[in-house]
Amino acid sequence: MTEATTALTNAPLPVAPGRVSITRAVLRNPLGLSALIILTLIILISVVAPFFAPHSPTEVKIDKILAMPSSDYPLGGDGAGRDVFSRLIWAGQNTLLGALIAVSISLVLGSVAGLVAGYFGKVFDTTFSWAANILMALPAMIVLLALYQTLGGSVYSTMAVFGVMLSPGFFRLVRNQVIAVKNELYVDAARVSGLSDARIISRHILRVVRSPIIIQTAIIGGIAIIIQSGLEFLGLGDPATPTWGGMLQDAFSNIYINPAGILWPGLIIAATVASLVLLGNAIRDELGGPRASAARPRAKPRHGHAHARTQGTEALNPGSGNGPLLRVRDLHVGYGSIENPLTVVRGVSFDVTAGEIVGIVGESGSGKTQTAFSILGLLPRGGRVLSGSIKFRGRDITFAPGNEMQKIRGRDLSYIPQEPMSNLDPSFTIGHQLVEPMQAVFKISKAEARKRSLVLLARVGIADPERTFRSYPHEISGGMAQRVLIAGAVSCGPKLLIADEPTTALDVTVQAEVLDLLRDLQREMGMGIVLVTHNFGVVADLCDRVVVMQNGRVVETNDAETLFSAPSDPYTQALLAATLDDSPPRPPLAVTAAGTSKGKL
Amino acid sequence: MLNFLARRLLSGVVLILVITTITYALIYSNAGNAARNILGESATAADVAAKAKDLGLDRPLHEQYLDWLSNAIHGDLGVSWFTNEPVSNLLANRLPVTLSIVIFAVLVTALVSTVLGVTAAVRRGWLDRLLQVVSVIGFSLPNFWVALVLVVLFAVAVPIFPATGYVPVTESLSGWFLALILPVTALVLGGIASAAQQIRGAVIDVLEMDYVRTLRARGLSSTSVLLKHVLRNAAPPALTVLSLQFIALLGGAVVIERVFAIPGMGTLTINSSLQGDVPALMGVVVALVILVVIVNLVIDLANGWINPKARLQ
Repeated sequence: MTEATTALTNAPLPVAPGRVSITRAVLRNPLGLSALIILTLIILISVVAPFFAPHSPTEVKIDKILAMPSSDYPLGGDGAGRDVFSRLIWAGQNTLLGALIAVSISLVLGSVAGLVAGYFGKVFDTTFSWAANILMALPAMIVLLALYQTLGGSVYSTMAVFGVMLSPGFFRLVRNQVIAVKNELYVDAARVSGLSDARIISRHILRVVRSPIIIQTAIIGGIAIIIQSGLEFLGLGDPATPTWGGMLQDAFSNIYINPAGILWPGLIIAATVASLVLLGNAIRDELGGPRASAARPRAKPRHGHAHARTQGTEALNPGSGNGPLLRVRDLHVGYGSIENPLTVVRGVSFDVTAGEIVGIVGESGSGKTQTAFSILGLLPRGGRVLSGSIKFRGRDITFAPGNEMQKIRGRDLSYIPQEPMSNLDPSFTIGHQLVEPMQAVFKISKAEARKRSLVLLARVGIADPERTFRSYPHEISGGMAQRVLIAGAVSCGPKLLIADEPTTALDVTVQAEVLDLLRDLQREMGMGIVLVTHNFGVVADLCDRVVVMQNGRVVETNDAETLFSAPSDPYTQALLAATLDDSPPRPPLAVTAAGTSKGKL
Repeated sequence: MLNFLARRLLSGVVLILVITTITYALIYSNAGNAARNILGESATAADVAAKAKDLGLDRPLHEQYLDWLSNAIHGDLGVSWFTNEPVSNLLANRLPVTLSIVIFAVLVTALVSTVLGVTAAVRRGWLDRLLQVVSVIGFSLPNFWVALVLVVLFAVAVPIFPATGYVPVTESLSGWFLALILPVTALVLGGIASAAQQIRGAVIDVLEMDYVRTLRARGLSSTSVLLKHVLRNAAPPALTVLSLQFIALLGGAVVIERVFAIPGMGTLTINSSLQGDVPALMGVVVALVILVVIVNLVIDLANGWINPKARLQ
């Protein structure tokens, strides 16, 4: 249950519905705030242009044709002798109005269609999605040009059609969000409790899609302004009406006489569009859009008393002359910033001698997988060894550079993952994924590597090696995939194999076979194995020694027999008590209840 | 695979039919105006009616459309109302010009955005932030304005490149290349950074896959895993990004052609649009929809070749 709840709270929320106000989110973000100020200024000036502009947009002064800036014409005159500054101000309302038309139409059309398609599905979804795909497949500029005369030669009606062409952006967004929300538990609960569809849509769904819609609106607004300016630049629209695009057209026709004329209309378009985009980005960053939530490491440290009990580690280390195969001492692994890392492994120490199988046991989040990855030098991005040492065959590899580790991996140090299917590259055949590393490690020919791969596939119990060799990962079963991964892991004759929950994802019957295979291979090849697991059944089956971990610390290290017969740490005792495998049939209910409550710490 | 191809082809044909039908209905429904446009304001109502009859505009719309369609299937897209040139000739002259610009631009976009996107995915840090900034700038600057600035800078102030014109590749390869440098630069600048960001996202998604770690655990270098496994698996989303870029570049080319006075589809579209040359506009739409269908088909085929699972679906 704790696992389930932590998983829920850790899940990245698409947006925080209703919790954080969007206005506050924008005000908190410096870039968003400046964008908002610029945008508000542009809109305000455009709206109050009649009171603000020094000249009428159509006022012509012959002596001011392409004039340099003066006190009368602060930004100079255009090709017809009109004031560029005044025209910029007057043009704002015309350009913004066109964009507003396009945005409103696409917003309403796309959102309504998205709500209907997402919520009711079936025919609606198929039809609307198909229409959206068609609209998205068309170059808007050309379609708008083609329809311009038909639409009465008006830029505004052209922008209305553009709104229809932009609606798939909203449609897809709303549809996908609605489908995601629809399947959430609370919407089910609302439906069961008898709320009408309309109520559910307005209360639950609209709240969730609100901020993605605002972000999309900002971007679509930017696109609309640019396309409209483009149409006007091409000479569409009423020449008497000042627009930013129309001003650029005028500047373009005089580009050889007054090249600087293109500057101001271009800058004002860019400033408007950029502030729209930055505003959208600010909302996304503050409220957590689809990509904003960075991938966090799976490890979740929990507070609690955890007393490291590494007693006996030294004593248990068999005094072989060459020293152990692997020696981990006081290992600390952390994620995040250098000053204040999130520590997930805190002082782990253990040894593995050649030919020995050491189990690392603990619940999820105990740091066992992070320990395994740090030995391989393959911690996920952001993770690193903070302190401590890892010695492999007498050599310190704790901070070994990537290329050094690469030479060790495969040949000396190898890895069997937990989830078989996700650990095979879907785009390459099984054979290719076996041959390529062998060629890289041994520098052998492709034919030789192929021959060895087929032998290996047969060895790991695959009935038709030739066929499996030619197959793609999606063509084989999970059990077979895990055998393939084991074959790959042992293909270069490693001295130490790190197996991370190698049977967890498999059927119970397949689990036993895979464990048998691992044991046989270990005996044949004399490998050491670090077996990460949460399953005491697997430990009892295979391991010589066991390291028990909790909260990133080792709480007990013992040989397997002692651990099962006389566990010394209360946590180990609790874990063992909670394991049902290999335990005697359950006593009557009353006793079980008493037993578990006693088992609790 | 054949089945997959056939279905894709069929949906492409349906798309062409739907779009041309809708466009036809829209632009021919206003045909009365068209006759007036051709003859000018001084023409009498009788002249206009006669001209409309002459153009076949007096018949019911569906009859006109069926006629147009059966001719179009045989490659006859009618005659321009203003130049009397067959529309198919017009297209045959203009399409190669625009295609050479757009394909050039797509290749540049693909190359630069892939390099930038992959590097940003692997390195992160300053390149990542730079891409974010540049993609906002690229989005905000209209490409025709960028074209104007380029003309002012590199054709007027420092005349390195021609300000206008087009040289067919058959005439002079270097002339063609020089003439296209400014238009293509103006076209691609807006989209490159955002395409790079999307490719970066696709690469990061693959880099976080379990099999990448497993392959590295087998002793493969991170470079060879990146170049072979990561790139291949990130290719389908990247190809989709590029196919959308292709459509955006087609639209962008229209305006850019105007700036550089390039006699391509864009110039044809603008002139036909301002004049109301309906048969020419229909031809433009047909050509573009076919182009879009071909591009999507190529992308689908490429995805099928890259991703073995897609071949089965």
